Amino acid sequence: MTAEALVAAAGPPGHPPTESDVHEERAFGFWLYLMSDAIIFSLLFATYAVMVYNTAGGPSGKTLFSLPNAFAETMLLLSSSITFGFASVAMKSGKTAGVLAWLVVTFVLGLGFVGLEIREFHGLIQAGAGPDRSGFLSAFFALVGTHGLHVSFGLVFILIMMSQVVIKGLTAPVASRFLRLGLFWHFLDIVWIGIFSVVYLPGVL
Amino acid sequence: MLGKLTIDALPFYSWVAMGGALVTVGGALVVMAAISWFGWWRTLWSDWVTSVDHKRIGIMYVTLALIMLMRGFVDAIMMRAQQAIAVNSDGYLPPEHFDQIFSSHGTIMIFFMAMPFLTGLINIVVPQQIGARDVAFPFLNAVSLWLTAAGAGLVMVSLVIGKFSTAGWTGYPPYSGAQYSPGVGVDYWLWAILISGVGTTLTGINFVVTIFKRRAPGMTLMRMPLFTWTAFCSSILMVFAFPALTVVCALLALDRLLGMHFFTSGDGGNMMNYPNLFWIWGHPEVYILILPAFGIYSEVVATFSAKRLFGYESLVYATAAIALLSFTVWLHHFFTMGSSANVNAFFGIATMIIAVPTGVKVFDWLFTMYRGRIHFHPSMLWTLGFIVTFVIGGMTGVLLAMPPADYLMHNTTFLVAHFHNMLIPGALFGYFAGYMYWFPKAFGFTLDARWGARSFWCWLIGFYLAFMPLYILGFMGMPRRMEHYNVAAWQPYLIVAAAGACLVLLGIACLVVQLVVSVRQRQQALDLSGDPWNGRTLEWLTASPPAPYNFAVPPQVRDIDAFHDMKARGVAYRRPDRYVDINMPKNTGAGAILGGLAFVLGFAVVWHIWWLVVVCALGMWVVVIARTFDDDAEYRLPAAEVEKIEQQRHQVLESAARSAVAGNPYFATQRLRESVT
Repeated sequence: MTAEALVAAAGPPGHPPTESDVHEERAFGFWLYLMSDAIIFSLLFATYAVMVYNTAGGPSGKTLFSLPNAFAETMLLLSSSITFGFASVAMKSGKTAGVLAWLVVTFVLGLGFVGLEIREFHGLIQAGAGPDRSGFLSAFFALVGTHGLHVSFGLVFILIMMSQVVIKGLTAPVASRFLRLGLFWHFLDIVWIGIFSVVYLPGVL
Repeated sequence: MLGKLTIDALPFYSWVAMGGALVTVGGALVVMAAISWFGWWRTLWSDWVTSVDHKRIGIMYVTLALIMLMRGFVDAIMMRAQQAIAVNSDGYLPPEHFDQIFSSHGTIMIFFMAMPFLTGLINIVVPQQIGARDVAFPFLNAVSLWLTAAGAGLVMVSLVIGKFSTAGWTGYPPYSGAQYSPGVGVDYWLWAILISGVGTTLTGINFVVTIFKRRAPGMTLMRMPLFTWTAFCSSILMVFAFPALTVVCALLALDRLLGMHFFTSGDGGNMMNYPNLFWIWGHPEVYILILPAFGIYSEVVATFSAKRLFGYESLVYATAAIALLSFTVWLHHFFTMGSSANVNAFFGIATMIIAVPTGVKVFDWLFTMYRGRIHFHPSMLWTLGFIVTFVIGGMTGVLLAMPPADYLMHNTTFLVAHFHNMLIPGALFGYFAGYMYWFPKAFGFTLDARWGARSFWCWLIGFYLAFMPLYILGFMGMPRRMEHYNVAAWQPYLIVAAAGACLVLLGIACLVVQLVVSVRQRQQALDLSGDPWNGRTLEWLTASPPAPYNFAVPPQVRDIDAFHDMKARGVAYRRPDRYVDINMPKNTGAGAILGGLAFVLGFAVVWHIWWLVVVCALGMWVVVIARTFDDDAEYRLPAAEVEKIEQQRHQVLESAARSAVAGNPYFATQRLRESVT
């Protein structure tokens, strides 16, 4: 892109921001936050890739990972993204009940994902394969755990979103928050696909 | 109940440490007593702590930076004093204490002096330079400030309760791991920079959005003032580099708290991963610090040469190129780690390439001065001192960029001299230039020029005396961070360096005197016009200090030097037909509460007081959630009120046009071409 095109794309900016400008700014700021979060994940991925063979005589992914469990987690999380999409459609057409219903479904699916992950972590720790066992397991727990923590925060945000929809209705600020929550939720899907492909698949194959 | 915290945490182990603790506690008590004496608590809370105004937040950032500069400098002069006498003797500092001092000196100067200083200047200036009323996210701005203050608070508390890290400001494992540093010091260091680092990431996001979305009509990207450009690039670097710091600190914290093995020497840890992750943040950080200073020099050199900046476009491209390249050189901080020759060569060449856009900038500044009418305002002195000194530092940097040379110089005082040579003239002189340049904009009166010049000369000569000997000592093979040594040949150089530090102390004293003198004589130095230096960019269009909303009407931009162009066309002070209501963000204490909770949380983690950690984390959640429910975060300033403020402003302007401008040397070449209407 030439300098002129860059300038033209940025456009001559306008006067004091209106309410919709403000919501657009927030969406833009949230994208930037997601990008910085993506850096966090990419460095955790890189750390995992560096440490995946540092098992220190302990178990490796081949003995620890269960593909059916990871597959179930994947299905739960991916379908929760679809149901969030349905909530967005309901939001667009202004159906409060639809928004709430689909958010409940999304929440349940997300909770199922977190439940499976906690079960997996618990099982690993019980089997003596906790994060303090080896460099490999430290990197595994840090990467997958950070993602799980994000999903858990997302669940809290979904609860807050539902209560705001109930209390405030589908107002412009609520819709703007809803948009950002959606970005967050779909972003976690993408990260999970990375985890499935980099951690679980090579681990068991 | 109190985790690891016992009475033994108090510093009874050495009289020097005890003295430091007493000064810290005493200083805090004196400040609190003074606030009570003057009855300022209410003002402090309602006008400052709860403020979301970018100008006030900026002033608070700079205040924090200046306080931490004092602390960091005390560390520095203590180190110089120790090394000046510690040949074949123990000096006056035990090793354990000396190590804490060099660790806290680096940590403070980077994270709690330089970062708040530049963030403060960006806060005060950038929204005004782009003709905006505020930043995009005023509340987030306050959160950033108070998270930074929380981190600074943790470093200060470590003086009194427990000890600070002895692992240096970079905290390399395995030494910084739980096995070799079991105390609380490394934890203080970790949580201080983790918490403030999150604040910095948020600042970066805030200013990228502000600069991208809130520019005045007509201000295209290639019409943005250079300081705004550098702030923009710096903010982008904050967004993309600081997450790496968050990751590396979090992983080290996991190693220390939960016994994980990221960087341990056994059990599959990989300690070489640490320098990689750390410097993926750390090298861009150098440019986060230095780019805004380059922007300040660009503004100052144009204003005080009374000329348009030479090579504006090349400066913009050079800035962007430096920002991009800053992510490609991190490995030059550890050539000696033993990467292959090809890898080292790649990073060595990339490092040398950065010298090219930087060199372009130096020539642009020189050509701006060429045939300009130069005013030797203190800001200009800092700039001139910077150009000469920085080129020396740049050349030693190119020398260090060669891996074979680096193998010889690594970890010697040559390196210490090099990076101080970049960061003191490169960054700090720039911040001082900005401080003296924009002070009238923030407070409404100018700083005393004579004391500014004295401070400059003390700093400049002090700098050369303090750091040129370190280059020589590096060639002589002196490692950095030595508590004592047995090579008598080093001592004369270290005594000169200590004398340099004393001269810098005088420079700091001059800064204090300058501030006191200027405040006392402010009636003679009032900036009534809002444009004391015949400025060229939009921040000089507002009143000094500006109205809460900065601009009653968004300015129309037609040129790079927008305000200069408006003055030339005689439209700068033209009044609009009518005023409109202005929406302003409401003050809120939530930012300060979040910062306070973050501080206590950090303290609780350091001392393993787990119940308090949970309480603080929950508290922060409650504050954030409550904030998300608040859709009424703005108030409306009615047009009549705006008109009243602007009316007053124009009355003052008229008197300024009659008296002040007539005797102002900065307007000698160009009479104020319009009557104030």
